[in-house]
Amino acid sequence: MTDATASGMAVPAGRPKSSLLAQTALMKKRNASEARFKFYGVAAIVLSLSVLAFMLWTILNDGVSAFFQAKLSFPLELTAETLDPEGNRNRDEMARVTTIGYGRVLTTAFATELEKRGIAVEGVSEKDISDMISKDAAGDLRATVLANPQMVGTTIDATVLATGRIDGYLKGRVTMETAERDSNVTPQQLQLADALRDAGILGSSFNWDFITSPDASDQRPEAAGLGVAIMGSAYMMLLVLITCVPIGVAASIYLEEFAPKNTWTDAIEVNISNLAAVPSIVFGILGLAIFINFAGMPQSSSLVGALVLSLMTLPTIIIATRASIKAVPPSIRDAALGIGASKMQTVFHHVLPLAMPGILTGTILGLASALGETAPLLLIGMVAFVDNYPAASVAGVLDPATALPVQVYGWAQRADPAFIERSSGAIIILLIFLVAMNVLAILLRRRFERRW
Amino acid sequence: MNDMRIVERTVDTQNTKITARGVQVHYGTSHAIKDLNVDILDKTVTAFIGPSGCGKSTFLRCLNRMNDTIAVCKVSGEIKLEGEDIYDARVDPVQLRAKVGMVFQKPNPFPKSIYDNVAYGPKIHGLTRNKAELDEIVESSLKKAAIWNEVKDRLSAPGTGLSGGQQQRLCIARAIATSPEVLLMDEPCSALDPIATSQVEELIDELRSQFSVVIVTHSMQQAARVSQKTAFFHLGHLVEYGETGQIFTNPQDPRTESYISGRIG
Ligand SMILES: Nc1ncnc2c1ncn2[C@@H]1O[C@H](COP(=O)(O)OP(=O)(O)OP(=O)(O)O)[C@@H](O)[C@H]1O
Ligand SMILES: [Mg+2]
Repeated sequence: MTDATASGMAVPAGRPKSSLLAQTALMKKRNASEARFKFYGVAAIVLSLSVLAFMLWTILNDGVSAFFQAKLSFPLELTAETLDPEGNRNRDEMARVTTIGYGRVLTTAFATELEKRGIAVEGVSEKDISDMISKDAAGDLRATVLANPQMVGTTIDATVLATGRIDGYLKGRVTMETAERDSNVTPQQLQLADALRDAGILGSSFNWDFITSPDASDQRPEAAGLGVAIMGSAYMMLLVLITCVPIGVAASIYLEEFAPKNTWTDAIEVNISNLAAVPSIVFGILGLAIFINFAGMPQSSSLVGALVLSLMTLPTIIIATRASIKAVPPSIRDAALGIGASKMQTVFHHVLPLAMPGILTGTILGLASALGETAPLLLIGMVAFVDNYPAASVAGVLDPATALPVQVYGWAQRADPAFIERSSGAIIILLIFLVAMNVLAILLRRRFERRW
Repeated sequence: MNDMRIVERTVDTQNTKITARGVQVHYGTSHAIKDLNVDILDKTVTAFIGPSGCGKSTFLRCLNRMNDTIAVCKVSGEIKLEGEDIYDARVDPVQLRAKVGMVFQKPNPFPKSIYDNVAYGPKIHGLTRNKAELDEIVESSLKKAAIWNEVKDRLSAPGTGLSGGQQQRLCIARAIATSPEVLLMDEPCSALDPIATSQVEELIDELRSQFSVVIVTHSMQQAARVSQKTAFFHLGHLVEYGETGQIFTNPQDPRTESYISGRIG
């Protein structure tokens, strides 16, 4: 005791007595380095946020316009002579009239309306006028009329898509100067478009079809939509969820809680970590070889896509699940085992509920990365042009489909600048899905954590 | 043959709950318990004392096979509960642990409600037929563990929200709710204030009428107060085992004497 007091009183050698009110040189140095470190941290965050903001701004700037589309509205007489030559409103007989016939009806009605309203621009031929209507409009009209034959003979208020160039003119992408050099549009057509806009015939409105329609060919960017891609992605996410979560969680529980720790399980562990690092395109080759060439599953189908994405996501889910199981304090297991719970009861009553937030977050983040995956899907043929919806039944997973990121890639490759806009629009939809999934992950985690 | 005679004697007196013979415990290469023999009596409080790291917890965990959960831990020798070898291949450790309950050194309530913490054991062992019986077990266990008055108004609050001492008493309640035959307590009072400690000590004294209690403690006073038998451990050996009064007043081994007089440990 006496020793301690004595040494406590002595000021250690080499430490001069100093006032608390003044900083020593060493203290100043330490504070300065701390301030520097904080500055680097803030700078790094500011830099990454500004890059993110710039990226978002570019995408929104390019993409938001994809959700709006130039449309022409005019009264449309569905002339019975052209559309139903037999005159008995029989769907099968009417089906003999091709889109050419419907195109003629549209063009006539449009030209008549222009004439009636006295809108004319010199140097615009009849063909130029009809070219302002999207090539997709005739097919659309045909489908509508065939679905409802009684419409024939009446006059309806039609709203049809304008061509991509006119749409581009309204959005500022096409100008008089570019039109001079463009074989698809003439400056006179643009002048006519101005006149039509003033007359209220041409207008831009929100375009649900962009979200619901299937893809369209190179000549018809105005009609291209994400419907098939969204369905394909949704099918795949559902299938990935169904295959990955049970397998991944069961495998993790077994490896973490039940498997003996030996060379075999060590090897499995190393391999799972390695699988998570395998480039995704390799999984695409694997899927092509196994699921399509060997097992003979249909190309471009969401089923094959989902299986490939599952292979890719499984290691991520297993790693996340094992990490969150490992993070459950061992004292909880001791407590349960100590009062005579079996291993199984310990895991399912105590460990899993505590690991749940981590498992859910890992799963959703794994799904999110699968949603954004493109490369392996290219290899299994999901990049093909698909303009039919996959069936809405279980068998729909065997139908050809495409996926959101693949659609982005496909559109970005096309020549017409109108597709670049749509590509950015598709990215916006993809980002909305990703953000929604992340929000879901956060909400679920909060919910499960808040219980205690 | 020598062993046989001892076993016979213990069965005859109907007094010995646990017999340990030649118990060795290895953690990988380190030898934690060296050739330990002990008879733990029924309806008696047995205190394990000894310096830190001498193997008290290790031996305690052998008695309900909690050491099975540690991969590197190897137990050899023979431990019998009422004449049945608990390390026999036919013994399911889960069934054993229902008979030999344990309270750990660090309080470890489940992150569930106070009620569920206590009710969990009776539920999984099917001790009750209906909710009323379960309620009663929960209440009586919490009362025995001297925590009922503090928690009776918030049985649905999380057990992890209690103070350290309250958590430990909750763990004791949880252990006695399954009505074990032997209760192992590893420093149950290390997180408790003197009042709670004396309540737990009273509880231990009460439990003696039904169970055999083994308590590890670092407090000589506590060992002296609650136990009838005391075992002194040193460096993996059971140095001395006998009546508590005799160990504290007249130890046979010089190491015991120096430990209780504060010279080693
Ligand atoms: N899980 C383990 N793995 C390896 N060695 C261990 C493990 N647990 C305990 N040991 C070792 O076994 C020996 C006995 O430890 P034990 O926990 O039984 O001591 P103790 O007497 O309970 O000590 P204390 O009073 O500090 O709790 C120590 O040397 C310790 O290092
Ligand atoms: Mg200990």
